[in-house]
Amino acid sequence: MSEIIRWTAAELGAKLAAGEVSSVEATQAHLDRIAAVDGDVHAFLHVNEHALDAAAEVDRRRAGGEQLGELAGVPLAIKDVLVTTDQPSTSGSRILEGYRSPFDATVVARARAAGLVGIGKTNMDEFAMGSSTEFSAYGATHNPWDLDRIPGGSGGGSAAAVAAFEAPIALGSDTGGSIRQPAHVTGTVGIKPTYGGVSRYGAIALASSLDQVGPVSRTVLDAGLLHDVIGGHDPKDSTSLPDAWPSFAAAAREGATGQVLKGLKVGVVKELPDSGFQAGVAASFHAALKLMEAQGAEIVEISAPHFEYGVAAYYLILPAEASSNLAKFDSVRFGLRVTPDGGGTVEDVMSLTREVGFGPEVKRRIILGTYALSAGYYDAYYGSAQKVRTLIQQDFDAAFAQVDVIATPSAPTTAFKLGEKIGDPLQMYLNDLTTIPANLAGVPGISIPSGLAEEDGLPVGIQFLAPAREDARLYRVGAALETLLVDAWGGPLLDRAPLLGGTR
Amino acid sequence: MSAVKLMDYDKALELFEPVLGFEVHVELNTETKMFSDAPNPANERNHDAEPNTLIAPVDLGLPGSLPVVNETAVRSSISLGLALGCSIAESCRFARKNYFYPDLGKNYQISQYDEPIAFEGSVEVELEDGTLVTIPIERAHMEEDAGKLTHLGGATGRIQGAEYSLVDYNRAGVPLVEIVTKPIFGAEHRAPEIAKAYVATIRDIVRGLGISEARLERGNLRCDANVSLRPRGQEKLGTRTETKNVNSMRSVERAVRYEIQRQAAILADGGSITQETRHWHEDTGTTSPGRPKSDADDYRYFPEPDLLPVQPARELVEALRAELPEQPVARRRRLKADWGFGDIEFQGVVNAGLLDEVEATIAAGTSPDAARKWWTGEISRIANAAERDAASLISPENVAALQKLVDAGTLTDKLARQVLEGVIAGEGAPQEVVDARGLAVVSDDGALIAAIDEALAAQPDVLAKIQDGKVQAAGAVIGAVMKAMKGQADAARVRELILERAAQ
Amino acid sequence: MRHLGVLARIQLSDDEVTKLTGQLDAIVDNIAKVSEVATPDVVATSHPIAMHNVFREDVVGQTLTTAQALQNAPDADGDRFRVTAILGEEQ
Ligand SMILES: [Mg+2]
Ligand SMILES: [Zn+2]
Repeated sequence: MSEIIRWTAAELGAKLAAGEVSSVEATQAHLDRIAAVDGDVHAFLHVNEHALDAAAEVDRRRAGGEQLGELAGVPLAIKDVLVTTDQPSTSGSRILEGYRSPFDATVVARARAAGLVGIGKTNMDEFAMGSSTEFSAYGATHNPWDLDRIPGGSGGGSAAAVAAFEAPIALGSDTGGSIRQPAHVTGTVGIKPTYGGVSRYGAIALASSLDQVGPVSRTVLDAGLLHDVIGGHDPKDSTSLPDAWPSFAAAAREGATGQVLKGLKVGVVKELPDSGFQAGVAASFHAALKLMEAQGAEIVEISAPHFEYGVAAYYLILPAEASSNLAKFDSVRFGLRVTPDGGGTVEDVMSLTREVGFGPEVKRRIILGTYALSAGYYDAYYGSAQKVRTLIQQDFDAAFAQVDVIATPSAPTTAFKLGEKIGDPLQMYLNDLTTIPANLAGVPGISIPSGLAEEDGLPVGIQFLAPAREDARLYRVGAALETLLVDAWGGPLLDRAPLLGGTR
Repeated sequence: MSAVKLMDYDKALELFEPVLGFEVHVELNTETKMFSDAPNPANERNHDAEPNTLIAPVDLGLPGSLPVVNETAVRSSISLGLALGCSIAESCRFARKNYFYPDLGKNYQISQYDEPIAFEGSVEVELEDGTLVTIPIERAHMEEDAGKLTHLGGATGRIQGAEYSLVDYNRAGVPLVEIVTKPIFGAEHRAPEIAKAYVATIRDIVRGLGISEARLERGNLRCDANVSLRPRGQEKLGTRTETKNVNSMRSVERAVRYEIQRQAAILADGGSITQETRHWHEDTGTTSPGRPKSDADDYRYFPEPDLLPVQPARELVEALRAELPEQPVARRRRLKADWGFGDIEFQGVVNAGLLDEVEATIAAGTSPDAARKWWTGEISRIANAAERDAASLISPENVAALQKLVDAGTLTDKLARQVLEGVIAGEGAPQEVVDARGLAVVSDDGALIAAIDEALAAQPDVLAKIQDGKVQAAGAVIGAVMKAMKGQADAARVRELILERAAQ
Repeated sequence: MRHLGVLARIQLSDDEVTKLTGQLDAIVDNIAKVSEVATPDVVATSHPIAMHNVFREDVVGQTLTTAQALQNAPDADGDRFRVTAILGEEQ
């Protein structure tokens, strides 16, 4: 196996800049890897047949003396929730099979402009509804650590692609944890930026007030490099923040020196006791905190009394917004059309198309959301849930008056078995317990690997949360802990992942 | 369908009190749409665009597309709200109105629900006899238009019986302001007239503001008329119907009259009115039940999460207030006084819809009487004969130029009418027509005197009579001279000269 | 439940109706939970980061070509999208 695929995006970018390797070679190496292992992993829904052309173009530009960014020529996997002009975009749904967008998502356009090479579209739960990628209309993705287990969701494809070395970096989207929870179960890094920090234009909407696009990677620095490319104000997204952002790659590099931990106040939520987590998850979490403490961080217990209402509020807001956002899939302008035998009215055609084109989880949430918004219930349902957002924001405000960051385990358990929870939506929903508050409040969150759970040897992630607009703080803290852990492990956690396709 | 019974109008008014309400949709003439930067078909320069050529992704509801609010549309809405005497909200927001229909790209309309931009106003309308009626305004809110459906395969081109429909989304997303009145009481037998005058007033207001092309036949202004009847002496309001698709002033008047007669017949027969939308048919002058909506009153409104609140700065509101043109009624009073017209003369101008034209003609230097006579006289006569709009025939500047030639003695009234015909026929400005057709009055006394001497010499008996003091005999000579001059002489001057020559 | 299916334009099977009816309870449970703290004095947050007056200048941008607009259409006729009859026979 080519060593190219083991390099981080930062390393690959540096070697590309130094002319030690071409983008065509790097892209080909990743395409070979996909060919070798994706039959088992199924991280990709589509492999970009234009990838080598795009790579050659970057090589040409570089040969022409053009000054290119740090990630120019680096392959990028793109979650299928993002629309792309050069590849189909399905959001994991049958109803959008073969859909071709006439425009690129802003993050895709920015990545393209920065010379990143879109290598393929990654698998996901249909319309990003799920925590296991089992609800993809195109079959589940498998966790590279154990092919019988889930890779998390909804962005299981992006996380698995990165964990399986099929791409050094990827784009994800996070509505209730869909970047961070897959990072947790695959031993990778994922960031949900501050709401409005990255454009949602071209991200097929699930819940508009919760969705946020972000980077997926194997290192904190790589995430920062990608975040620098895709982030910043976009006039096409009204909710995009006009702020000037610092360089997140610079923040990660600064964090890696470790200085940031000295005197850092790390909040631990009283209302998230160890009893709520798998033992190995809790143990890994505390070990990571110990390591930080040893470097001068101070662990402070904080109270976030309304976090426990987050899941309930989330499962009122999300279906409501989703039921409206997914109304556009009606067989008129794009997507699947299924006509009843013997014809029928437009209404009949729409109803049958949506019955056939949507999977069970999507239909469930659309119906629940329709109910939550239907006559007379708005105030009690959606309106009340929006109040919980206020309360959770107040919890965060109070906490961040005392601490610099909040730390939690990224999810309650390690990767569960494929099929284990698919019949029990409520059990599945609890997966997002620790990640949901950030989406409700709009604050940024990062998940980095903290180790392996003792009982099953599967990856565990630690989540840090920071105040809104303080994404850079997460890169500093994340990179500091990452450096300590990698030193302690004697190498990246993914070095310990099992062989795939007979090769590492 | 059984024949619809109508009650005699006077009889209906004897038994029932009509209560009116109007929803008028105004298409703004901004350059771009409400939520996209596609050209606006309601702007004069785009109105004849080919189907599906004025389209941005959000107008089709394409996956990943997002709306962004048009600032000019907001300003226009504020101006309109102010012109309607409304308060402008300190803060308002957009909401999604969810319903499936093939002309609606997203299957929700972005509108305003509980927080309109303007509320609580009133507008004075003037009836043909000068009576003033105050119409209470409940609200004016911003929203977007839907696309256009064409029903085909049926016999009539109507939705009923059509085999299929074609959709053009050019109109999808056109900025609308919907003006909603409160219930209007006390209209009595003048209800149809008030309806017409109200729509005319809204048209005058938006034209005066320059925020809409305001052409009813193009659908720039669309009136939904609500009519209910209650038996004399009853407190409780009757069930109302909402008649849509009323696209001319005359139809508004007819539709209200029709609904009063139709409902009265049903109620008098002991029947009850179905609360429904009804369609106005211009050809038959009747209404019929409109599109059936099983989910008519369950639009599942909720705040549009893709857009942010609009909080008009008070300075902006005051600046727009300062720029408001005069209210139509106030303007009419001022013009009537300025011009010194009696009731009959002034109403003649108003009812002919020629106020703007007369005003502009006077502004170009014509006396009020002359301006009025041209427009309500000869120009209107030609317009009626040609079944055209008087204002479309000739510009006020050309009417003023024509009258200047009359005032200068260059043209007689008769010649001026010939010149008018030339201008209307497209032969150029009045002076150009005069030159091209050689129509100017002969003002060279030498030529006139020669013709007079010749005529007097030919009729010595007439000369003798004149010299005898029988001045009226000059008429016969005038006729001969005018004939010789091919009519291009000023008869008064000819008369003067005849008397002079006869005296010598 | 059937009414919700009509509102949402999803032709639910009997089986789905039964299953989903049970799951509506989940929503009701969420409501009960949220109601514990969503008291009248708490203001609602509709956007996680408060902003207002985000506008676009009224300037024409790039439009889609008709071919782009129609490229994903399940059915089209000339330059327009085509759908089957909107009203059924009985109207
Ligand atoms: Mg209405
Ligand atoms: Zn409306």
